[in-house]
Amino acid sequence: MQYKSQAVAKPYFIAAIALFVAQILFGLVLGLQYVIGDFLFPAIPFNVARMVHTNSLIVWLLMGFMGGAYYIIPEEAETELASPKLALAMFWIFLVAAGLTVVGYLTVPYATLAEMTGNNILETMGREFLEQPLPTKLGIVVVALAFLFNITLTVLKGKKTSISIVLLLGLWGLAVFFLFSFYNPANVVLDKFFWWWTVHLWVEGVWELILGAFLAFVLIKTTGVDREVIEKWLYVIVTLTLITGIIGTGHHYYWIGTPEYWQWWGSIFSALEPIPFFAMTVFAFNMVNRRRREHPNKAAVLWALGTGVMAFLGAGIWGFLHTLAPVNYYTHGTQITAAHGHMSFYGAYVMVNLTIISYAMPILRGRAANSNRSQVLEMWSFWLMTVAIVFITLFLTAAGILQVWLQRASDTPLPFMVAQEKIALFYWMREWTGVAFLVGLLVYVASFFVGGKEETA
Amino acid sequence: MSGAFTKSMARNIFYGGTVFFFLLFLALSFDTHSQLPKRDMRQNITPQIAEGKKLWETHNCIGCHTLMGEGAYFAPELGNVVARYGEEGTKAFIKSRPKEGIEGRRSMPQFNFTDAQLDAIVAFLKHVNSINDANWPPNVQG
Repeated sequence: MQYKSQAVAKPYFIAAIALFVAQILFGLVLGLQYVIGDFLFPAIPFNVARMVHTNSLIVWLLMGFMGGAYYIIPEEAETELASPKLALAMFWIFLVAAGLTVVGYLTVPYATLAEMTGNNILETMGREFLEQPLPTKLGIVVVALAFLFNITLTVLKGKKTSISIVLLLGLWGLAVFFLFSFYNPANVVLDKFFWWWTVHLWVEGVWELILGAFLAFVLIKTTGVDREVIEKWLYVIVTLTLITGIIGTGHHYYWIGTPEYWQWWGSIFSALEPIPFFAMTVFAFNMVNRRRREHPNKAAVLWALGTGVMAFLGAGIWGFLHTLAPVNYYTHGTQITAAHGHMSFYGAYVMVNLTIISYAMPILRGRAANSNRSQVLEMWSFWLMTVAIVFITLFLTAAGILQVWLQRASDTPLPFMVAQEKIALFYWMREWTGVAFLVGLLVYVASFFVGGKEETA
Repeated sequence: MSGAFTKSMARNIFYGGTVFFFLLFLALSFDTHSQLPKRDMRQNITPQIAEGKKLWETHNCIGCHTLMGEGAYFAPELGNVVARYGEEGTKAFIKSRPKEGIEGRRSMPQFNFTDAQLDAIVAFLKHVNSINDANWPPNVQG
């Protein structure tokens, strides 16, 4: 570790992985509820388990982003973090807030939780992914501002590299667009319109800047390729991301009461959204092929390459699959959407977080790379989780195609639940593949506890 | 990616492109807002409908259902449920959910709504059904 303040990243990474485990466990509960409808009912209804599943995902990805930024920024700026104490304090606030929120979801009926936490003062709850009670949302704002203050100050007093700048832009964008989660008018069309300014402009906008910066940083470190080359690629990738992704928001404005011209804007621009992901894949493989050194951390390089490929497949290909308006008319809000959601989140944001964790964690633990035994285990977890998510996606896609056929495209459309029962086989296969994913995740966790001779740089 | 194309050129294209497309997005959003009053039926939003939306949110309906296709995919689309079951049918369904669920089947919680709350929820769902959403969903099954 070049700067001792980078150590604040460690608790963020550990908490991220712990929340990742929680996310997957609740995912398995949800998968089972798809086929055994009353599983855990009425103790943990589907909507509650789903909130835990999606919100723990969001929080652990944010934890990973923050941890990653705290690790990367001092090294890029070539100076200690402005305030390591503030970073640690924010970690505990964030963790406690997330923990209390989950306890609230699981122990109190949601309507009571809303009542208790001041939803009557400012109604923000009960919208997908933004279910958090008001105090949690405010906590996220406080944590994000303190975090941004900390890293921005660090960059201002140190060296300003392109990686830092892109990372800062992504993180500031994240904070700014979160503010739309506080806007919830009685007019449901306006509500939905601006809901996407948080949700879409996060995952198909500013988060990709964070992703690109993380990837560029790890590639510089592990391949030794000239910084000028890598940073030029980074700018090209984030340019492609934003010129396609911003107007690409239009692919959510087809059927929610917004004007029909969005079908053209949304279709054309979001059809181009795979391009930056393709560039990312080419970039990662190119840099690794042109490497000037053999970095001992093979696992981190594998995660970096995997991020490019899986983000391209999940976000790029599976996104394109249903993004054109005439197709989306039939697939909107079906298992096709779920299929895309699973592979894109895993391929882009889970994997890039695991990339930075894989690269930084050994260094934070005082070694250039983990022992060979530990890395082999980690690479096993890579393949188990990645292959599992591919099959989860394929099964959900099959379920989605059948659902569209039975419920939407047929001359005699079937009611929702009748169609669901006919495709239950695919939900069973998805659930078993989910178990395989959990095994992969447990192998991943185990890889942190495997000793052996450590690798040196 | 070498030779004449430098990093500073890439950076300038990034800033220029981002600003341009963000402004274009804002312009389209402004235009959308001028058109929305004709489509979102805002003139019909009564306090009862607003109350219905609040009940919709505070009972996390979106955690299982979709509304105009957005939400979770565990339970049926509700943007057009009033067209599918009628107002009374919708209320009767919500009212009759067994507390302990239905064995082996996906079960909706019993929320113990008052009649006034049920009226508000159905008024909200009826309002959503009246929004001009480009003829989505494809048929009444949602």
